[in-house]
Amino acid sequence: MYSFDYERPSGMSDATGSVGEDDKFLAGGQSLLPTLKLRLAQVDKLIDLSAIDDLKGISVTDSEVTIGAMTIHADVATSADIRSAIPALADLASNIGDAQVRNRGTIGGSVANNDPAADYPAALLALNATVHTNNRSIPAETFFVDLFETALEEDELVVKVTFPIPQKAAYVKFPNPASRFALVGVFVANGAGGPRVAVTGAGPCVFRQGDMEAALDSNFAGSAVSGVKTETSGLNSDIHASAEYRAHLISVMAARAVNAAS
Amino acid sequence: MTTVSMTVNGKSVSANVEPNTLLVQFIRDNLRLTGTHVGCDTSQCGACTVHVNGNSAKSCTMLAVQAEGAEITTIEGLASGDELHPMQAAFKENHGLQCGFCTPGMIMSSIDLLKRHPNPSEETIRTELEGNICRCTGYHNIVKSVKAASENMGG
Amino acid sequence: MSVENGIGASVRRKEDQRFITGNGKYLDDINKYGQTYGYFLRSPHAFAKIKSIDLDAAKAASGVVDIFTGADMAADGVGGLICGWGIKNKDGSDHIAPPHPCLAVDTVKHVGDQVAFIVAESLEQAKDAAELIEVDYEELQSVTSIQKALANGAPQVHVEAPGNQCYDWELGDKAAVDAAFVNAAHITKMDLVNNRLSPNPMEPRSALGEYDAGTGEYTLHTTSQNPHVARLLLSAFVAIAPENKLRVIAPDVGGGFGSKIFLYAEETTTIWASKKVRRPIKWTSDRSEAFLTDAHGRDHATHAEMAFDADNNILGFRVSTKANMGAYLSTFASAVPTYLYATLLNGQYKMPCIYAEVQAGFTNTTPVDAYRGAGRPEATYVVERMMERAARDLNVDPTELRMQNFIQPDAYPYETPVIMTYDSGDYPLTMRTAKGMIDYDGFEARKAKSAAKGMLRGIGSAAFIEACGIAPSAAVGSLGAGVGLWESAEVRFNPTGSVTIFTGSHSHGQGHETTFAQLITDQLGVPFESVEVVHGDTTKVPFGMGTYGSRSLAVGGSAIVKAADKIIEKAKKIAAHLMEASEDDIEHAHGVFSVAGTDKQLTIGEIAFAAYVPHNYPADLEPGLAENAFYDPLNFTFPAGTHIAEVEIDPETGVVEILEWAAADDFGNVINPMIVEGQVHGGVAQGIGQALLEGVIYDEDSGQLLTGSYMDYCMPRADDLPNFNVTTTNTPCPSNPLGVKGCGEAGAIAAPAALMNAITNALGKEIDMPATPEKVWRAAQNA
Repeated sequence: MYSFDYERPSGMSDATGSVGEDDKFLAGGQSLLPTLKLRLAQVDKLIDLSAIDDLKGISVTDSEVTIGAMTIHADVATSADIRSAIPALADLASNIGDAQVRNRGTIGGSVANNDPAADYPAALLALNATVHTNNRSIPAETFFVDLFETALEEDELVVKVTFPIPQKAAYVKFPNPASRFALVGVFVANGAGGPRVAVTGAGPCVFRQGDMEAALDSNFAGSAVSGVKTETSGLNSDIHASAEYRAHLISVMAARAVNAAS
Repeated sequence: MTTVSMTVNGKSVSANVEPNTLLVQFIRDNLRLTGTHVGCDTSQCGACTVHVNGNSAKSCTMLAVQAEGAEITTIEGLASGDELHPMQAAFKENHGLQCGFCTPGMIMSSIDLLKRHPNPSEETIRTELEGNICRCTGYHNIVKSVKAASENMGG
Repeated sequence: MSVENGIGASVRRKEDQRFITGNGKYLDDINKYGQTYGYFLRSPHAFAKIKSIDLDAAKAASGVVDIFTGADMAADGVGGLICGWGIKNKDGSDHIAPPHPCLAVDTVKHVGDQVAFIVAESLEQAKDAAELIEVDYEELQSVTSIQKALANGAPQVHVEAPGNQCYDWELGDKAAVDAAFVNAAHITKMDLVNNRLSPNPMEPRSALGEYDAGTGEYTLHTTSQNPHVARLLLSAFVAIAPENKLRVIAPDVGGGFGSKIFLYAEETTTIWASKKVRRPIKWTSDRSEAFLTDAHGRDHATHAEMAFDADNNILGFRVSTKANMGAYLSTFASAVPTYLYATLLNGQYKMPCIYAEVQAGFTNTTPVDAYRGAGRPEATYVVERMMERAARDLNVDPTELRMQNFIQPDAYPYETPVIMTYDSGDYPLTMRTAKGMIDYDGFEARKAKSAAKGMLRGIGSAAFIEACGIAPSAAVGSLGAGVGLWESAEVRFNPTGSVTIFTGSHSHGQGHETTFAQLITDQLGVPFESVEVVHGDTTKVPFGMGTYGSRSLAVGGSAIVKAADKIIEKAKKIAAHLMEASEDDIEHAHGVFSVAGTDKQLTIGEIAFAAYVPHNYPADLEPGLAENAFYDPLNFTFPAGTHIAEVEIDPETGVVEILEWAAADDFGNVINPMIVEGQVHGGVAQGIGQALLEGVIYDEDSGQLLTGSYMDYCMPRADDLPNFNVTTTNTPCPSNPLGVKGCGEAGAIAAPAALMNAITNALGKEIDMPATPEKVWRAAQNA
């Protein structure tokens, strides 16, 4: 790792007060530190968010699940409240990375990083979640912009994410056999705004599969989406899977998710 | 340099470190506890697994400064005197190791696994050990070791 | 009489205590006073000329001790790395072994090739300095696939190797095979790819070099499977120092699988540079470097044809293989696709004639050398996929086709047409045993159940054979080996009756400290706890050829037995003297020496004490009780067996689930069944990895390694693998005193063919390894 300075502020304003161009927020560090270790990135200063109490905690109401940005995946996975409100979200968290990663990685870090193969972005998009920052509230729809790119400004910090509770939802992932990130992950939700289908891993950024949503709108059943194709142009193609195979997996995973939705 | 203080295997330790010092480097180089190993550089092999406040974590994917105030347990901190931790004993009894390099991380992960799943199925053990790679054993005897430990620990 | 903790007992391992408590001493755990850190600047290009290297800024950087290039090593008279096995071309000429400098001179030939060695006070400082080195490269078009490299017009990797050819070699009787094919009732043909693998022992390679200016002695701590061989090569060919001034120590080593046999550029450069900087230097590979520089395995492309008569008997076998050597010829690379491969193409069968030709070539890739099994997995893969395919062509059960063609148990010694003499075995027995273990006959019913769920079920077997216990020195010498392949041992009694065994074998996971101690416990009755095994240090151990080719017990263990025999011989003399009997009347069993027909007896402990405190002692006998032995085997050993895999494939996704694995292996006598089973588990796991998950991939155009980390190179995890049902059958090996055959590689040899046969059985069509989900899905679509 290149050398850098390190701060661990205890208040939100201290954290966002003097963020330089080459400074980075450090949440769980499960993506950032590997990048730094390989010298693929260089920062002037790491601002460790772990001491800011305002970023922690899970709360669940009748209509909404709220997860603080610094909440680790393991806590989401094992939260009885979340499991009862949105079991698909707890399931998703319980399959992110591996046990050690789940003990350190956070929802805030994951959504701010917007790795194209990360799991959480699919949940946010399908559940029509809102990302709350220190400045504003951003709908998931506009939060995830492109490959590793979000709507966040440099000194903007994810504080929490709120998820409306759907009637039914499920996430099914086909992991990359090597990295275990999502080769294709499909989050299906049926909520107030109708069915939503979000796909991660397959493209440069999480996206909604509109044709599948339309099909589910008239018939919320796996058979309704298993035959719905996804255009291969724009999908990832690499040594692990061609765009064609990824497109096929989207249909299979979507159908399985719909069948599993609860 | 930043001062960092933590408890490692029950002992308070404090040192001045560069912020870019990884926890595993602090453990191995500063504390000379070399049972925690480094087997990859992409945070996947799990050979560096330790417990941070009782939970498994990859010490190669944590800065030493992030462990400020934390309770750290490494492989060296498991046995009490000559008495092995039941997981250590189970690995020996069931031939759950060959070259031994992945073993400290594997044991630390397995203890954490039993904390979450006191009586795990074979499938659960296999799934929960996703973050630890072994090249020698084919995992058969590791799974057997963890199962045996769960029985011995009253899971 | 069976001895507690003796031969045949699943004794728990001695070495485990230190490993499970974090007290193992792997190389990176060792530090020296005044130690510096080495780091290699590596080529980012697959093939390029180095026009210039500017070190000025880097040398001035903070913490830099010195920086070296290929020119410095050449100026110092340091030689390059050599290949220790000469192969003859078809026309009798020698293979081509181009220069292999430790640090590149003028050109870089694969991504990761060493360009400069930076020595600094800390690793981070060395890395910082590396970024300041300016290398002006002229990129050249590279070639990575062996088929392309051997084709006309390919980029030329070495000027010394026209057409990129290393050798064009043959074995067997071409005319006889041609004649057999003329008379064939049926011919099965296949093209098969044996995918390139990265060995990935979990401990990365590492070296710690130091030079003592007072004695002129170098000490190299290194992650080696054979420290004496490393010393020999460093002395005789690299000319670091004569052997008496060079100590090589391999401490606890975290797995090898072949990849730590070889002498590499990094270890060599580290020990050389330690004298230049007059300080200890430690270099430890990170995993990314390991992917770029640890010798890869396999990488064959093969066309095979097998001829059968009208009764399905094999008439002849014809095999043509192209083998990728990578950018340079690694230490034993040339032997792998020749004498470790084609000599096993006979499999377990009565094959009247075989003809094999192997063309080996250079590419702009990491060098390829022995990896678990080394040549023998490639041979078994060809033979056993051919047998399965032939059975499908002939519409007979594949296990029955094998049974019909097996060499029969009464046929030993059996001379094959490819220069091997099989010494023992019972192939029908291992086949019957494995079939019973997996309920082979019930497969069709299980397949129907899977089909009802929309799943494809398959079963496949592989009857493998390997030549282990490497190797009779005269035999390998006649085939081009540059070394003898005996092993040494010393069995040293201490005055109070405990024993230290010194072995030239090296344990890096195999459990020698336990198995070898069991030999002495059994033979000499010394309590298991009182026997220690010392290995891995050239100043402690007499000499050693090291551990590979499943040789440690058959060769190294036999040397221990031979040394113990000498101990017994001497002890009998002492016992006769002490008990005032004739030496001819002394009987020995498990460390107890008795006078025949009397109740007089002495234990080996009492005799050892008398030998070291020789107050009452035979006048013509030397005091002390320690004996050396060198053991050169009479023949290879021939472990063989049958593995059967059963799989279920989800045709919607192409995911293969391994449901059952049955392995029946004939390893001859077994010393520690627990350790043997563990070796099979690990070998099978690596074989499954090859068949299902692993594969080194280069970008064909740029020559960049695309599988350079665990993000892209798929290592088997616990949830990728099933439990393994393994058993052994035991026809004792007649060519060594222990009757053992070797078990370390069997799993990796048998598994790829067994699993691919199961997968292709389910799919009803042939595919190549690795059977990735997409590949299987595509095949299932058109099934």
